[in-house]
Amino acid sequence: MDRTVTLLLGITLTFASSWLGLVFAPYVQMNNVQPIKGTTDDGVEEMYPRPLEGEAAYGREVYIANGCMYCHSQQIRSEHFGNGADIKRNWGVRRTVQRDYIYEKPILLGTMRTGPDLANVARRWSGQGGKDWNHLHLYAPRMMMPGSLMPSFAFLYEKRRITGEPSADALKLQGEWAPEPGYEIVPTPQAKALVEYLSVLDHNRIMLPEAQE
Amino acid sequence: MAASTVVNGLTSPNVSNADAGALAEEQCRAAKERAAIDSASRLPALAWLAGATFWLLWASFFGLVTSIKMHIPWFDVRVIMELGIISTLLSVPLMVLIARSKNLSLDAKIGFCTFAFVAAAALWLVLRTWVFDIRWSEHGGAWQTFGRTRMTHLSLIGYGWGTQAGIAGILWLVPRLSRTPLIYPNALIAAAAIWNVGIFAGVIGILAGLGTSVEWLDFPPFVPPFLIVSLAIVAAWGIVTFTRRQESHVYVTLWYCFGAMFWMPWLYTVAVIINIYSPATGVVQSACNWWFAHNVLGLWLTPIGVGAAYYIIPKVIGRPVYSYYLSIIGFWSLALFYSWAGMHHLIGGPIPPWMVSASTVGSMMMFIPVIAVGVNHHMTMLGHMGQLRYSPSLRFVVFGAITYTAVSAQGAIEALREFSEVAHFTNYTVGHAHLGAYGFFTMIMFGVFYYMVPRLTGQEWASSRLIRLHFWLCSVGIVIYFTSLSISGWFEGRQMNNPDYPFIQKMSNELPWLICRSIGGAMMSLGHVAWAILFVLNICGVGSRREGPTFFREKTSAEVEAELNGSTATPAEVALASR
Repeated sequence: MDRTVTLLLGITLTFASSWLGLVFAPYVQMNNVQPIKGTTDDGVEEMYPRPLEGEAAYGREVYIANGCMYCHSQQIRSEHFGNGADIKRNWGVRRTVQRDYIYEKPILLGTMRTGPDLANVARRWSGQGGKDWNHLHLYAPRMMMPGSLMPSFAFLYEKRRITGEPSADALKLQGEWAPEPGYEIVPTPQAKALVEYLSVLDHNRIMLPEAQE
Repeated sequence: MAASTVVNGLTSPNVSNADAGALAEEQCRAAKERAAIDSASRLPALAWLAGATFWLLWASFFGLVTSIKMHIPWFDVRVIMELGIISTLLSVPLMVLIARSKNLSLDAKIGFCTFAFVAAAALWLVLRTWVFDIRWSEHGGAWQTFGRTRMTHLSLIGYGWGTQAGIAGILWLVPRLSRTPLIYPNALIAAAAIWNVGIFAGVIGILAGLGTSVEWLDFPPFVPPFLIVSLAIVAAWGIVTFTRRQESHVYVTLWYCFGAMFWMPWLYTVAVIINIYSPATGVVQSACNWWFAHNVLGLWLTPIGVGAAYYIIPKVIGRPVYSYYLSIIGFWSLALFYSWAGMHHLIGGPIPPWMVSASTVGSMMMFIPVIAVGVNHHMTMLGHMGQLRYSPSLRFVVFGAITYTAVSAQGAIEALREFSEVAHFTNYTVGHAHLGAYGFFTMIMFGVFYYMVPRLTGQEWASSRLIRLHFWLCSVGIVIYFTSLSISGWFEGRQMNNPDYPFIQKMSNELPWLICRSIGGAMMSLGHVAWAILFVLNICGVGSRREGPTFFREKTSAEVEAELNGSTATPAEVALASR
């Protein structure tokens, strides 16, 4: 072990093996996965997945900037893993696979579930009712979920004095969370984008052949 | 082997009387040579260590804030900042008076200063709550939301503290073991400056909302070039030093340091390209992400920590490493298997099953290096545990070495699918990560620095009481931290796997354990403050000039004699060997 060449060669080769196996091989195997045509639950035929656009794409940046993924994963695991609880908890209808993530840069799989998985959160909170719920929950988590440990994202909202008619998108807050009379809480463009992102976030839109078990 | 162990300053216990004189002479020459080499390493090593210590304090601050926010989600950091600033303003005049007093010992001064600060903080808490009735108008700003403080904490621990502490250790160990004075000191100091500018920009960036949410690579895209340039300088220095070495035998610590310096720039560069600058498709990013993140611990921090323990333990107790062959097995199996282990972070996730299987195999094979290194470290210590009562360096390093065995065995088991089904996505993983990065790596590095700094500055540690405080706060703190999160994590996993168990209930059950974690974290943070005070006092030249190592307590003459009866070394040799 006193020879520089031996040491250098060994250090390079051991390391290169893992680089080849864990970075290069998956790159070759999975980097070229393409979208596929499929039918949604509503019977609409479309290409899946599709890249996010406009407000939802901006909302994803808000999600990234505030580190949401450090408490919320975005992956549904197989029905044979962990008692199949991900699917039984109604977080998704099937496991997620590589194709579900091909437009995600960076990918937000997550490694922690302090809060529930959000891979398909749009399925749980859909439509205008879902958006209203998300706004209230982001502003005052414990008003919607007593006992929740989620931080308030009040900084994505603006408190302003009501002049004339109250705004249509003002939050309907109650109890200790309501602003003092004469004031209202309205979402900033960031909050609207984030909620828009959450209301389209669906990694189970199409039943993929490779996800069947 | 015999010749080289002597040259490395390790006394062999079984030398005959006739050789003793020649040995003492040889050791004297070696000690002088080491002193000359140390003086060349002084500025660069201290520059990196100063940066490491600075960011360790900030990392602790952000870690503590993040921890508190998990059980008090509305916690506002501005309260702590206000408390810190005002208590400092109130107590500093008093501290100056105390520090100037001529009748007090240094320990007493430190004690009174601490008391003054705590009293000022308590006074202000009372005043603000009941007299001035100060309330912050809104809860927290965007900069202090949980997700951002968490990214900041991890980045600062990984790059601000861990990497800089490792490089500081390398800059001292490598010249010593190569027996060649450090070359290009200015380039290394410039590299430290570049590195710290990068870290500073990165922290501001994350807090401003530019973090990338890629775990372990959270710094905004403008930061990695700083870090890559800096790492490249250190790596180039390492290669040149290695080729210029005067010592033909390459001691085990040097293999580890050399490997680490070579692996880290490669890892980091590949990872930022595939995850940040030119993201690959979908989960290919995740694979690269965890290949990188796991290897930052496995092929960067771990080799430095293990290598340093291989140096400090024999050095302090004056006895060669138990087995040369075990150290070879340990090194090469670590290089091969650890690098394959990362995918267990994606167990159950949307990646091909063969990748998880490969990593599970790699993780299980880690038992080989762990057992080899464990046997080697612990058998070297066997019969010398009594030394832990005296030497701070040894106590920290042995704590770290024992933790290394424990955390690696735990990690290997954690990679099993059955185990991961429960432990994944819970605080169990967080506890494990801290046991590794803190209980093992950080504790060993503290031990290294307690040995290294006095030899670089020629200045002994100002207060053995403060060192003792540092040790106990950190060690008890990490034990509380690890235990509470492990228990909590296991219950979380069981409850999440039961689809009928309400999720919100699982969250509430975490509360008592999260509070325990904050208590453990606060103790560790306080320990770091003690370390920072010791370090600053040392480089400012407070305390006695160095004549021998600072022990927790001095050995009695009977104890010294009892030790000498075990070998033929003279008291002078024992003193010399311990330098």
